Amino acid sequence: MNDLGGHLLMETPRRSRVSRFRPAVFLLVPLAAVLFQVYVPLFVEYFGYLELPLLVTVYFALMGRKPVAGVFLGAIIGLVQDSLSHQPLGMFGIVKTLVGYFAASMSQRFDVDNPAIRLILGFFFFFFHQFFYWVLGRALLGQPIPFDPLQNFALGMLNSAVSLPVFYALDKLKDRGELR
Amino acid sequence: MDFILNRYRNISVLLAVILAQLVLLAYQVKGNNDVRLIRVWAVTAVTPLARVLEGFRSSTFGFLKDYVVLVDTRAENARLVEELGRLRMENQYLKTELATADRAQALAAFEKRSPSKTIAARIIGTGTGANSKMVFVDRGTTSGVQKGMAVVTPDGIVGKVLASYPTAAQVLLITDPTFAAGVVSEKNRVPGVLKGLGRGACSVEYVEIEEKVEAGEWYYTSGDDRVFPKGLPVGRASVVRTGKLFKEIFIVPSGFQRGLEEVLVVIEGVHQPLPEGQVAAEGSYAMPPPPDEQQSAGGSGQRSDMATDADRVRRQYQRIGEAQGHQFGGPGVPNFNVRPPQQKPPAPAPAAGSPAQTPAPAAPKPAGDSQQQAAPSRP
Repeated sequence: MNDLGGHLLMETPRRSRVSRFRPAVFLLVPLAAVLFQVYVPLFVEYFGYLELPLLVTVYFALMGRKPVAGVFLGAIIGLVQDSLSHQPLGMFGIVKTLVGYFAASMSQRFDVDNPAIRLILGFFFFFFHQFFYWVLGRALLGQPIPFDPLQNFALGMLNSAVSLPVFYALDKLKDRGELR
Repeated sequence: MDFILNRYRNISVLLAVILAQLVLLAYQVKGNNDVRLIRVWAVTAVTPLARVLEGFRSSTFGFLKDYVVLVDTRAENARLVEELGRLRMENQYLKTELATADRAQALAAFEKRSPSKTIAARIIGTGTGANSKMVFVDRGTTSGVQKGMAVVTPDGIVGKVLASYPTAAQVLLITDPTFAAGVVSEKNRVPGVLKGLGRGACSVEYVEIEEKVEAGEWYYTSGDDRVFPKGLPVGRASVVRTGKLFKEIFIVPSGFQRGLEEVLVVIEGVHQPLPEGQVAAEGSYAMPPPPDEQQSAGGSGQRSDMATDADRVRRQYQRIGEAQGHQFGGPGVPNFNVRPPQQKPPAPAPAAGSPAQTPAPAAPKPAGDSQQQAAPSRP
């Protein structure tokens, strides 16, 4: 493995540090993300394109490195989002469950503290999230949910760019006594 | 067994959680049920925070504006340049205040004028999801807001209450693709179904191609959907064109034209008469006879032998052949590009009252069947 590969991929899955957070962080940060999505677009419409609950799900799943925890975190954040939408409960829930699982699984292979990896994963999971939501809407509900690949590509870039400062800010909330 | 559980623990949990949510989805979709408890928890957790944020924002902005104005007042005596700036800023601020007062006044006036019983509400949040066309208002079941109530502004309809919670209510905007309401056109009372398009405009569907609808025409609620009282303005038709099965009509909603901050929830709706619009086409219109027929008939009332287009084409080719001395059936081809000499029509018979000579009535303005662009004026 060359140097670059060594930086991006972890040679052994458990060598990376498992980040720990206070329980209040797990409660307040997703709530703040959902609140942001509900409230801020009232004044700046373009903020509606930011999928902060998704970024928070991805971050905690990546940092937790436990697929089971990622599954439950994604499901809960998704269900809260569903509760605030007019769709049946479970649409965002299922999609974010998958995102949480895959993000936590990937964190065991990649060095998720690397900004480049975070950027790529942010873009990937945003696109995955939008695409899978569209598939579910079409397949399970038969609803004409629009999906524009180009638009979602651009939004994916935007969200991945925003994910860097967001993840950096969330890094500051890590508990000091991290497990090694 | 333990080995298998441990080996496949992650994927088992994932499948179990997804399966549980699929069951939850199926329960809601199949039986049209709603898992209200979870929604109440989420809304009750989020909307009070949104309300606090909104209160904090409005008071902070108010304080900042007052403070900036105060600083400018002090600087007024020192520098005349800042005097100009301050006055301009104050002017802008007053304009904003005036607009706010106008909006509130319009809302209050509409509330008094409207026979329906309404309650004013403030928008405190939007729905989740990038394409969401849904908002939260700060009135819920404690204020008497119930599911299915209409939400309007003095300018038009805005949406309907999708769910009502103790502290807030969820409003589906008319621009949402899942929204539908009964509407009727202003002039010819053509009914249709208003549907959202997921963007700024809406469409009116299921309008027969034969119906007369003009671009620029206003649409009103028909009251058929039992959500919106009859007679509320919906918007103006921006585009009217003929589709495959039905007309394609696009509406610019009028309810959002002053922004969406305060709305009225219709607690008890009362149907209103539709405004009297100018009827597009009354009476009948007799088209003049085709020119060839006029020429051949000569206005004498005799029936023409040029009954079809094929007859006229044949006659035209005969004239071309005669003009060039060509014998049809013989060798060669005449030049069909040469215009044949026109035959003089026979003199009209003196008999009066011939239907062909009766001047046709003035044609009314044709109805907008083809694609038309709306005039910008509001009726």
